[in-house]
Amino acid sequence: MTGESWSSTRLPRIAVLGSGHVGPVIARVALEAGYQVAIAASGDPEKIALITQVLAPGAEPRWAADAVKEADIVVLAIPLHRFAGFDPALVAGKLVVDTMNYWPPIDGVQEMFEDRRYGCSEIVSQRLVRSTVVKTFNHLGYHELEDERRPMGSPERRALGVASDDPVGVDVVAGVIERIGYDTVRLDSLIAGRLLEPGGPVFGVSLSRPEFELAMRVEAA
Amino acid sequence: MTTAPSSAVPASAGEPGQFPLVLGLDTFGDLTHDDDDRADTHAQTIRNVVEQGVLADHVGVDFFGIGEHHTDDFPMPAADVVLGTIAGRTTRIRLGSAVTVLSSDDPVRVFQRYSTLDAISGGRAEVILGRGSSTESFPLFGYGLADYEDLFEEKTHLFAELLKGGPVTWEGKTRAPLHNQDVVPHTESGPFPAWIGVGGSPQSVIRAAHYGFSLMLAIIGGPPARFSPFSQLFRQALEKFGQDPRPVGVHSPGHVAATDEQAREEFWPRYLEVIRRFSKTRGFAIPTKESFAHEVGPHGALYVGSPETVAQKIAANLTLLDATRFDLKYGMPGLSQQALMTNIELYGTQVMPRVHELVG
Ligand SMILES: NC(=O)c1ccc[n+]([C@@H]2O[C@H](COP(=O)([O-])OP(=O)(O)OC[C@H]3O[C@@H](n4cnc5c(N)ncnc54)[C@H](OP(=O)(O)O)[C@@H]3O)[C@@H](O)[C@H]2O)c1
Repeated sequence: MTGESWSSTRLPRIAVLGSGHVGPVIARVALEAGYQVAIAASGDPEKIALITQVLAPGAEPRWAADAVKEADIVVLAIPLHRFAGFDPALVAGKLVVDTMNYWPPIDGVQEMFEDRRYGCSEIVSQRLVRSTVVKTFNHLGYHELEDERRPMGSPERRALGVASDDPVGVDVVAGVIERIGYDTVRLDSLIAGRLLEPGGPVFGVSLSRPEFELAMRVEAA
Repeated sequence: MTTAPSSAVPASAGEPGQFPLVLGLDTFGDLTHDDDDRADTHAQTIRNVVEQGVLADHVGVDFFGIGEHHTDDFPMPAADVVLGTIAGRTTRIRLGSAVTVLSSDDPVRVFQRYSTLDAISGGRAEVILGRGSSTESFPLFGYGLADYEDLFEEKTHLFAELLKGGPVTWEGKTRAPLHNQDVVPHTESGPFPAWIGVGGSPQSVIRAAHYGFSLMLAIIGGPPARFSPFSQLFRQALEKFGQDPRPVGVHSPGHVAATDEQAREEFWPRYLEVIRRFSKTRGFAIPTKESFAHEVGPHGALYVGSPETVAQKIAANLTLLDATRFDLKYGMPGLSQQALMTNIELYGTQVMPRVHELVG
């Protein structure tokens, strides 16, 4: 999307798992920001070839295992009710971006996510023990993801929260998001990331970085 | 999905662009309020919808659609009964669901209800099938929300088989199998038009093309332009599956009144109220005056304004999305019957002719 030049160090490669409402949009904005992107659904890449070609031209449709193998960052854009059947070994050792939300009226009641002591991404992280989980994108409507991008420095630039227990993970993912076209507000734990969930102060709201930070402080107070 | 089933509904063959411009109205049975802003009863709201459908016919609207809903402010679970009543009082307007939540219904019953409507109305029935963006019907009828993909896939397939006419053989996980089953009533003049409503799922676009349904894009928020790749995806998928060309339609919410100002004033508080309630369960952001102004403007999804404003926007987006049909979802819970009737009259007598003029 932007006039930014390629950085000298190689950009991380991205695998998007999920080719529904959300996956192809994330793939498209990542491609436009200069990333190499593979996309996978639950089965044969042939099934998503046309979707990829039209909605995210330039992304490579692959089997999930192949897409993940060569990726530095794996974006999980699958419905939460499919997560119980998701194999943690697939993303072992990877940096995983969790875009998922738990809304019982939409997903139905999911036993795994009913333990209210934990946020949704904490439960994801407990299951993906060998991966680094970063929570972001979940609080932005997929239909806004493309249109709301703004170049760095634009007064209209919107902020996204990026939360993880792993500071390096936060940095890497925040770097991607800033390049795609958003400011970031970094949160130093998945516990803090609960503020990004549905019903929270920033969910579905378009906020600049200062507004975002203020909303979080007010809520935390 | 490598081999395509033969097409469920024969489309008039030929190039896209050959499809006539169709302008319709949709309602979800939005609860009306009386002149003192007190809620009408569910029964009165349903009788009001009948009058709205009859008026739509009289002012020349092409299609009247009723969407299935099961809530206090949208008391409309049996659209086909209401459509049957409207059919008995009209002769011209096409009548259909907008949408039928197929995932939580029985395709055989849906087919029977709408082929009965087709009989009553002399061949004016249509269906728009949806996976269900409003999900109240799932718990109500004992379906698991987590199963919606399988339910919709299987039931769409069965519905496509039923539409072909003739005995049906089908087997799946979500319903008892059918073996060479004759399903009545037979339609008189071939299959009635069937659409799949899509709110942003590319798989649903592919599915519509695969089974030979037409595509109805449900655009209820954000810039309509983001849907233009979906028209393209649909056309390419039809080609890939060896299906005939089929029309693309757009369904969006709005409200028409004499002036832009009046339309916004009437619509805004009701819209705010409904989204505020939805936001509790669905996590939507609560709209602000600013976000509303954006949705009503040229890059938003709401068609709220004077006949000229709404016509301009419809014409622009039909062109942008390469679509030949537009269904305005008029009304909002809390608006009066009077405001809805005015909306319908303006749509038929002023918006529609103007759109025809603009689209040429
Ligand atoms: N709606 C929004 O605005 C929004 C915003 C942010 C985040 N989210 C979150 O984004 C997630 C995805 O939602 P969606 O609406 O895009 O879902 P969707 O349209 O139902 O698509 C789901 C996709 O995930 C794939 N999938 C399922 N299991 C998989 C697996 N084990 N491995 C790889 N792919 C798999 C499916 O592939 P198959 O068809 O092959 O099974 C399908 O392509 C949800 O968790 C949602 O909460 C939504």
